[in-house]
Amino acid sequence: MTTTAEPRRRRKGGGGERRMVPPAKFTSYYGRPVLKASPWEKEIPAYLFLGGLAAGSSLLGAGADLTGRPALRRASRITAFAGITVSFGALVKDLGRPERFANMLRVAKPSSPMSVGTWILTVYGPLAGAAAAAELPLPGVLGRLTRLLGRPAGLAAAAVAPAVASYTAVLLSDTATPTWHDAHRHLPFVFVGSAAAASGGMALVLAPLGETGPARRLAVGGAVLELAVERQMEQAMGLTAEPLHEGRPGQLMRASRALTAAGALGAMLGRRSRVLSAVSGAALVAGSACTRFGVFEAGQESARDPRYTVVPQRERLQRRG
Amino acid sequence: MTSNPARDAGWVDPPPRKGFFTDTSVCIGCKACEVACKEWNAVPDDGMNFLGSSYDNTGQLGASTWRHVKFIEQPASTAVDLGLPRVGLPGQQDTGERTDFRWLMESDVCKHCTHAACLDVCPTGSLFRTEFGTVVVQEDICNGCGYCVPACPFGVIDRRIGEKGVTKNVGIAQKCTLCYDRLHDGLTPACAQACPTESIQFGDLDELRARAQERVDTMHDQGIPQARLYGADESDGVGGLGAFFLLLDEPEVYGLPPDPVVTTKDLPEMWKKAGLAALALLAGAVAVFGSGS
Ligand code: SF4
Repeated sequence: MTTTAEPRRRRKGGGGERRMVPPAKFTSYYGRPVLKASPWEKEIPAYLFLGGLAAGSSLLGAGADLTGRPALRRASRITAFAGITVSFGALVKDLGRPERFANMLRVAKPSSPMSVGTWILTVYGPLAGAAAAAELPLPGVLGRLTRLLGRPAGLAAAAVAPAVASYTAVLLSDTATPTWHDAHRHLPFVFVGSAAAASGGMALVLAPLGETGPARRLAVGGAVLELAVERQMEQAMGLTAEPLHEGRPGQLMRASRALTAAGALGAMLGRRSRVLSAVSGAALVAGSACTRFGVFEAGQESARDPRYTVVPQRERLQRRG
Repeated sequence: MTSNPARDAGWVDPPPRKGFFTDTSVCIGCKACEVACKEWNAVPDDGMNFLGSSYDNTGQLGASTWRHVKFIEQPASTAVDLGLPRVGLPGQQDTGERTDFRWLMESDVCKHCTHAACLDVCPTGSLFRTEFGTVVVQEDICNGCGYCVPACPFGVIDRRIGEKGVTKNVGIAQKCTLCYDRLHDGLTPACAQACPTESIQFGDLDELRARAQERVDTMHDQGIPQARLYGADESDGVGGLGAFFLLLDEPEVYGLPPDPVVTTKDLPEMWKKAGLAALALLAGAVAVFGSGS
């Protein structure tokens, strides 16, 4: 029997969030999904988060290098390399056949954001590594060499870093997953905002007050961008924004907003307090992680519920007449 | 003239595009196609379940289900008598007491899209366009990234789960190949070969499309206005399907998307927005070092 399902009941007391579109009836095959949710697990949102953290940190590292802020430079370069290394590991681990990772490098396909991303990472990773190596207390020739390479490598990493931060939005949006796809006009801005907030936040945790001015501004700017565009995005999406409010992804998105807003406020007020700066920075980092996990899981939910596939497509057909 | 995705993919002088026309109005739900597909392609078993959904205990297409027969039971009010199997003895007079229903059946399969999102997003080139215009996974190249899975607008392809070393091709994306191996030998794909009612018809796509149009016109003349083709139109969001259908109700009744669009259609827009966002981040980073202390 086919089911004609009424929309799910809204969670009671959900912070007064309003429904974006009127309830719609739709038909499905035994309520089963039309689409398949990605087989990806927590490694992928972790990768999105850490990649963003790394990218923002490379930018901070290069700026710190050029403006004579050695402590900020060191913290940022090391964060960038650690972030990209762990995120790369997560990416490989999530493959069905990790031992075949290198097959990613047999082609370069502009139509595949994952192919494009792999090449971006292949260029970025070693540069971030070379920049971080300059921070190691290596003796002799090796030390001189790494320190010599530190600046050019760091600048080159910073040049590629914005792509590392923004392409991951395309990675999610270039799917049939309703919530990810419908977010495609805004998600890159949400993700670079999130990356800026995370990297600025991490620098507030790690670097001394005297050098964190730029990191503070990057963190606050990123947080504001993320919060503002995320709001716009949900308004533009209609029905498929719903999974961003409900269940676990809804909790994550609410946590993300609270942490990001509080972190940004704390970062502004905490210019003279090492403790407040560090706590605010940690909140921003956590907020960024919540954004990535929230968006990821909302998409997974939207693929599992045929409502988000059938209703918008029906409406599209009706509009076309 | 049928579009030729094989030529678009770089094949020189490809053979005519091959496809399936699945006429659901003559499907009897015997599942011979499911069985023949499993047998020929050595697709492993993916569980013995009782799903409580009419005669459908298969559930959905996936890495280990490349043909899936769907069963939909509907009240007779909207139904048209197609002479499909009924309850009771053959020839017995209907006493009018029990509620009649109609049974829709559909053998679902990979659509071998003209614009195939799975193929577009595949980062290894494992998924490729064959000379027959079909879409096939090269299982020795796929590294199981899983990107094709959420990309497919029909929920067809999936990564195979199972115990490594016991089940074959675990971790690799799998789906219908339109029996690529049989096609090379001029054979009909296993499912179409096994179908006893010619509900599954295999052949040159332009010929199938013409035949399907004739069939649907005849049905309309016979007073079955619900009959419609699904995926036969090249101007749809996926450029038409290599495996298309004749349906007797709305697509979503069969679990098919009513208006599928290949996600990569919006990719240029996505890259543009991502480029702008990247520039914004770069500009922001320059600005934060430019001002104040
Ligand atoms: S139906 Fe899905 S798996 Fe089949 S060709 Fe189209 S996108 Fe690929």
